[in-house]
Amino acid sequence: MRRILTGMLVALAVCAWSGAAFGQSNQGAEEGVANAAEMAEVDAGEVDASADETTVQNPDEARGGGGVIDKADTAWIMAATALVLFMTIPGLSLFYGGLVRSKNVLSVLMHCFFITCVMTIFWLVCGYSLALTEGCPFIGGLDRVFLKGLDPNAGDGIPESLLFMFQMTFVIITPALIVGAFCERMKFSAVVVFSLVWALLVYVPVCHMVWGPGGWLLEKGVIDLAGGIVVHITAGIAALVLCIKVGPRKGHLKEKMAPHNLPMCVMGTGMLWVGWFGFNGGSDLGANPDGVMAMLVTQVSAATAAIVWTAIEWIKNGKPSVLGGVTGAIAGLAAITPASGEVGPVGALCIGSISGFVCWYFSVVLKSRFGYDDSLDVFGVHGVGGFVGTILVAVFAAGQFGGMMGADYSVASQLGIQTLAAFGVAGYTLIISLALAAAIEKTIGLRVDENDEREGLDVANHGEQAYSS
Amino acid sequence: MKKLEAIIKPFKLEEVKEALAEIGIEGMTVSEVKGFGRQKGHTEIYRGSEYTVDFLPKLKIETVVADDQADSAVQTIAKAAKTGKIGDGKVFVLPVEEAIRIRTDEKGDEAV
Repeated sequence: MRRILTGMLVALAVCAWSGAAFGQSNQGAEEGVANAAEMAEVDAGEVDASADETTVQNPDEARGGGGVIDKADTAWIMAATALVLFMTIPGLSLFYGGLVRSKNVLSVLMHCFFITCVMTIFWLVCGYSLALTEGCPFIGGLDRVFLKGLDPNAGDGIPESLLFMFQMTFVIITPALIVGAFCERMKFSAVVVFSLVWALLVYVPVCHMVWGPGGWLLEKGVIDLAGGIVVHITAGIAALVLCIKVGPRKGHLKEKMAPHNLPMCVMGTGMLWVGWFGFNGGSDLGANPDGVMAMLVTQVSAATAAIVWTAIEWIKNGKPSVLGGVTGAIAGLAAITPASGEVGPVGALCIGSISGFVCWYFSVVLKSRFGYDDSLDVFGVHGVGGFVGTILVAVFAAGQFGGMMGADYSVASQLGIQTLAAFGVAGYTLIISLALAAAIEKTIGLRVDENDEREGLDVANHGEQAYSS
Repeated sequence: MKKLEAIIKPFKLEEVKEALAEIGIEGMTVSEVKGFGRQKGHTEIYRGSEYTVDFLPKLKIETVVADDQADSAVQTIAKAAKTGKIGDGKVFVLPVEEAIRIRTDEKGDEAV
């Protein structure tokens, strides 16, 4: 424990040092702003040729590195950033918190909350730079370590600082999604270390390959608007690896492990769903018709999958369960995520219904057949949902199915690219997650001891109780 | 004196309380309990995980009455708590040796 605390202190010290460096690099930018304001007063006619490099086209638009800052785009992505952060805290936290037993609810809330904090610092220190700046096809460079040299007025459509913030909310939710696989039994220190190193070794390279400038899969033409591959497949596969490596909860399949608070789950799902408008609708990085279509298909897919999952349970068990309905909605949301930029309403209906069925099959039928304890179905819902959307977008992006692609679009070749991306990333995630879990098991250990698990992680790990009796 | 212990369906509490008040019994202690008799539990399914819930929530009413009130009190409870369906509960009658009102030191029937 002491080693971890020392590490955190060192990290903070480094942050403070880099803050000073950033302050210096910022000065230039501030001069730029001052110049821009002066020049706006000068009027459009006379422009001082010796002025700073930062020029303005009109008083409202400062031109930076690549293009013009658009106010509407900026406003929407600021809101979308807040929406995606809202998905993790409190959306996902409540969804997961309600699904565990009452003795572990605080531990799950703390996992989501603390991951949010740790990922924020990680993204600032090196995550953003390695993921989204120019580098090689598999990883970015170090130009923006500690956001060195960031010009708050520069950006393409939106300021780069906003791109940093928006993308940060994605690196926050991805490890937080994995929490559902190992909850109720994993050591808090192991959760923190795993999330951090996993973000560096898995999330960052995959993010660069799919979204980064010059990324390997981006160049191949992969379709993944909002993270079916980057977020859901990586989280789903890591979840599967980790729940098997950590082992099932004590009493799994023998004792009652029913959700302790379903209303929390339903509220959390509602927040996730609403937040998903920012997730998908914001991923085009602009306030434009494409973003609106992404919201539209997101809504349709979520509703369709929820209806399908509810219908399956109604037919099979005789009762339409609330948990089934909300889980179906999440499956539909995960599946439409990669596809939301390219498919039309018909594609959304199809992806929604197929993901509703396939995710149900994986979470309910296959999971019990194999006996692994993916406690809150991260793999079955997010991983499988991500796969379904990533593969099916190749089909439903075609114009014949109401998709956005033109006549020269080839379903077969896109299907090849999507399959390569989905399985390539899944394979990479599998290997790295397995190695990382093994390394943590050997050093700090993955699991709390049996007594602590029986007592519940809230008291054992955090010294608190959610509900005082 | 007799002590009545009635296990009833939770939603019948108000009716039982009012019926007892009508025959002059105004004090009682209520606790939330779980249990089962002939009524079997039910099944809950969460994403395919099936759990049988044997113990169902019930309310236990405890009240102590004078000997001559006991019969009518039992009948009153039984009438008010009845739905005719399985799981309506039971009433037990037990002898009580002594009762004391702490505030006034009254004893016996005067204390209940």
